Amino acid sequence: MLFTALQLAAFLVLPPLLLGVIGRVKSRVAGREGPPLLQPWRDLLRLAGKGAVYSRTTTWVFRAGPVVGLAAILAAGLLMPLGAPSATVAFAGDFALLASLLGLARFVTVVAALDTGSSFEGMGAAREVTFSALAEPALFLGLVSLARSTGGLDLTHLLGDGLAVAWRSDASSLLLVALSIFVVALAENARIPVDDPATHLELTMIHEVMVLDHSGPDLALIQYGAALKLYLFGALVVKLALGARLADPAAAFAAFLAGQLAFAAAIGLVEATMARLRLVRVPQLLIGASVLSGFALVLLLRT
Amino acid sequence: MTTWADLLFLLVLVLDLFVLASSRLRAGIRAVAAQGGLLALLPVVLAGPATETRHVVALALGALAVKGVGIPWLLARATRESTVNREVAPLVGFAPSMVLGALGIVVAVWYAGPIPLPVPGKHPLLVPTAIGTAWTGLLLIVTRRKAVGQVLGFLVLENGVFVLGLLLSDFMPAMVEVGVLLDLFAAVFVMGLVMFDIQRAFSSLDTEKLASLKD
Repeated sequence: MLFTALQLAAFLVLPPLLLGVIGRVKSRVAGREGPPLLQPWRDLLRLAGKGAVYSRTTTWVFRAGPVVGLAAILAAGLLMPLGAPSATVAFAGDFALLASLLGLARFVTVVAALDTGSSFEGMGAAREVTFSALAEPALFLGLVSLARSTGGLDLTHLLGDGLAVAWRSDASSLLLVALSIFVVALAENARIPVDDPATHLELTMIHEVMVLDHSGPDLALIQYGAALKLYLFGALVVKLALGARLADPAAAFAAFLAGQLAFAAAIGLVEATMARLRLVRVPQLLIGASVLSGFALVLLLRT
Repeated sequence: MTTWADLLFLLVLVLDLFVLASSRLRAGIRAVAAQGGLLALLPVVLAGPATETRHVVALALGALAVKGVGIPWLLARATRESTVNREVAPLVGFAPSMVLGALGIVVAVWYAGPIPLPVPGKHPLLVPTAIGTAWTGLLLIVTRRKAVGQVLGFLVLENGVFVLGLLLSDFMPAMVEVGVLLDLFAAVFVMGLVMFDIQRAFSSLDTEKLASLKD
């Protein structure tokens, strides 16, 4: 009970810090000092204190977008084991609901972007939908591979006790799945090989261009939701990579948080060392991720 | 030890897919070199108690020298001398060829079981890797336009044959294998000369231009 409360509190507080860590690592590799770790939180609070401007062409869809999006991601957070022994809510097949909730969050963002009637936002929405349609098979095939190798159907088992055994018997497949899910995490969170979160050139960006018309508290909600989503994908990667089961829940929680830190640092390193892929190359990367996941599944099915 | 072999086979297959997806010839050459290096490790990892140590070491060193270092160096040199450094438009696009390669590998994994082989106790991934890699090589040879890409395909194909040859390495004298490696080296050498000639005649490495040759 204590750890369930703790994991939810961490889920609400820590994600913007993860963004701070990424920014910090990126700057350090480039030889700069970098923004303070709390900067994302400060930005969020600053945005929350501002007023919102709504275009006259927009309807309620535009206003509902950020709220529904954040709610969907928060609900997804309840399904994911975030350091405690089990997720807050767990039932067989909840990984499909997790993916659907993330899909819902994306859908409302896309619809809100289309609602503005801006050509740039429509372009960004088209790209976002194209790429996420390619990323989804990779995620699902990876999760199904996990289900196959651990024998569980809910995320608590998928990413829990069974993994330590699974790592011993089919490590190579799990490695492929971990790699593939890391690529999906980069794509879904608009990180560098796919999308550059720091760019403000409408022609090349994907996620940022969809939220151009949001301002003030709405933008804060969207950015907070993006941070939470990063934390969720981080949890997926970290749980998968940790593998081993720690008997002491406090130690497990600490290991999980350390893992999240390492995940953020890894993303920072990727961002610092790689350039953004050309848009035509992005589908190749995502298809490659799907192929890796599918390959892992085939290997697991054969044995 | 089985998990190390698993990992090696898997990396070989992943490199296959990487070569299929990479448009830069330099990256493709590096991937094929890495694959050669991994293949050199394979005989060591797969060696059972019955195998001769000297034979295994000779095979590993020979493969490393030829596949991991020698041929990639030759190819890298050839691309540096010529002006081409990326495959522009393969006959089948990069993503479709990657999917085709993956399908071939999946079929190989699926159907490799029933193939009757004279050697008992083989690693379960050995035959699928061999067939999948050979299939990748074939795809590369058929779909790439630039001569360097086709040579890469030939090398990948040969890597697949090498993996299959590991099955029989207990029966084959080391001399035969050294001979095969030497043949490969000679073949790539000749291909390098041919590439040089194509480059000189057409000032491009596009093999499509060979079709326009008239007497």
